[in-house]
Amino acid sequence: MELRGTIRGFSRVPLLGWLVAAFVAVLLEIAVGTPLALSLGLPKIPVLFGVILALKKPLLFPGAAVYVLLIYALPIALIARLGAGLANRAAGRLLAFPLLVSVAVHLGVFYITLELWSGLSDYRDLVLRFTLIAVMVTLSLNVINGYMGEFSCSHPGFMAVGAYVASVLTIDLFTNHRVFGSALLPAALGPLTFPLILIIGGLVSAMSALVVAIPSFRTRGDYLAIISLAFMFIVKSLIENLDIVGGARGLGGQPDWAGLPTVFLWTVVCVWVINNFVRSTLGKALNAVRDNEMAATAMTVDTRYTKMVGFLFAAFWAGVAGGLFAHVLRYVNPGTFGIQKLAEVLAMVYFGGLNSVYGSIVGAVGISLLGEALRPLEIFKWIIIPLLLILVMIYRPTGLVAFKEFDPEAILKPKTDPERERDALPQG
Amino acid sequence: MPFLKVDNITHQFGGLRAVHDYELSVEPGQIRGLIGPNGAGKTTIFNLITGIYNPTHGHIYLDGERISGLPPHRIASMGIGRTFQNLLLWRHMNVLEHVKMARFSRIGYGLLGACFGTPRRHREEREIEEKAYDLLEMLDIRHLAGQAVPNLPYGAQRRVEMARALATEPKLLLLDEPTAGMNPDELVQIMEIIRRVHRELNLAIFLIEHRMRFVMELCDRIQTLDFGEVIAEGTPEEIQNNPRVIEAYLGATET
Repeated sequence: MELRGTIRGFSRVPLLGWLVAAFVAVLLEIAVGTPLALSLGLPKIPVLFGVILALKKPLLFPGAAVYVLLIYALPIALIARLGAGLANRAAGRLLAFPLLVSVAVHLGVFYITLELWSGLSDYRDLVLRFTLIAVMVTLSLNVINGYMGEFSCSHPGFMAVGAYVASVLTIDLFTNHRVFGSALLPAALGPLTFPLILIIGGLVSAMSALVVAIPSFRTRGDYLAIISLAFMFIVKSLIENLDIVGGARGLGGQPDWAGLPTVFLWTVVCVWVINNFVRSTLGKALNAVRDNEMAATAMTVDTRYTKMVGFLFAAFWAGVAGGLFAHVLRYVNPGTFGIQKLAEVLAMVYFGGLNSVYGSIVGAVGISLLGEALRPLEIFKWIIIPLLLILVMIYRPTGLVAFKEFDPEAILKPKTDPERERDALPQG
Repeated sequence: MPFLKVDNITHQFGGLRAVHDYELSVEPGQIRGLIGPNGAGKTTIFNLITGIYNPTHGHIYLDGERISGLPPHRIASMGIGRTFQNLLLWRHMNVLEHVKMARFSRIGYGLLGACFGTPRRHREEREIEEKAYDLLEMLDIRHLAGQAVPNLPYGAQRRVEMARALATEPKLLLLDEPTAGMNPDELVQIMEIIRRVHRELNLAIFLIEHRMRFVMELCDRIQTLDFGEVIAEGTPEEIQNNPRVIEAYLGATET
């Protein structure tokens, strides 16, 4: 009874409450994190919630657990629970303005929290940026494999195209490079043109997707899987044999323009645009084509056009994500965009859930963080993660959060007391 | 010139001749019936008219314009709506989304509008939503708008299919066995609904049906099909008393 009451209390906390609580926890970590970690016998603050530390040196597990409890779990729980009423009122007040205002406030708090959290360690910063890029890639693949119900394997190829096009542009235009010669444009213009360069990378990637789309969407079936897999290998070996971009050695020296704010902003734009698309009737046509193509075509849906648009759209975002990826790592080589990457992205899509923006976020964040956290286990990591995937496939065949509409308004609105709501319903 | 004119079409699946020298002309506002034993080629004729198949010979004209050879979605947006014999609904979409989807060809906001949520998109989505609600109202299923389709009873699913077909704003509605699998109550309701739709939207209806009472009561003219050929055509009374029809359904009487 006690426990149920506590849980009900937490279900009343709106998103704003959780965000503010996380923000306070991060402030707490900045203020007392290091002394607390040292007094608990830890070498430094645990970077990923103590998991890595505990796996490396099991003896430090109690210390790491206490640290996580004192810095994250307790403060967040306390503030979220006690501030629920206040947060609900604030969230309600915000919704009186246009939705954009509320979204901006939430994202602002979220961003500052992430910025401060990742500011404590370069490792966190890197993991965070890769995770955000993984969200973009996963979501864009979900458009094809989830919303459209086809099976595409070419996403690493699209990422590679975007990564190389963006890299060549930035290196050629803004840096002094051995092969491409000196900078053509002043470096001050760089950050301003960077979005444009990413978009160009995405567009080239979408154009390259035509190579896959034109032959495979004449009919339905397994053709797409095979052709797209071939495409991925073709792109990889093409780059390996292109000496001007470094061949198999890769291409380095990209300018450092993909900091956390840039990556965060692009991820937000990507999620917003894709969510807008799949919720419109035009985007829902993808679902209609997937669930029954004959019915779709009899209801005036141009099925071939719909599939092409969905596929190219997904390839565009994979290209943009690839461009960002190259500038976070500041080095790309064709080996990155192979079968291993494909397995990773597919795992994220199917783990998180098909046909769902939530699912892609859960899948990308879950698998990325798990992959990092289990790194100390080395080879066993590749036993645990697939095992988890198998379990998900058995108990939830479409993924953890599949077929759930991502409605910003519903997420941001204040949470009413479920108990009171039930009382308000007519008894029957 | 009749509204829909099917001019002497033949269709073959490999060596099998499914439809042979079939002719049909439908006038605006008519209700026509197509009956015949199982496997006679009735659904094939629907698939030919809606462009799922291309006739091997012959042509089809809608309002004087040739439509045979066009892709099915073009034919649908030119004014031929249809339902399917075995309910082809979209498993993961709710009732309202079904009806909205059928307005696909009238959406003008394009990919960019869809991505960035422009005012034009919101306006158009609102318009098609209003129209969809009107149709749901007409078919008495407005209260089901938010329901997932697989959970609905059979009769309601049939109505969803009909609402969806009507949302394409057809001038001719093809109904493939609208009463299949229905109980007597639902039967009376669907007949009432077909009459209402016919009256209020003033469209021509062409339907395939097995229940004789239903066809006889509803249709102005009936064709009987057997082995891909029309063996009789006429008013319900003429069909009822035609010896060839009786033969096709019950077998030849011995003399």
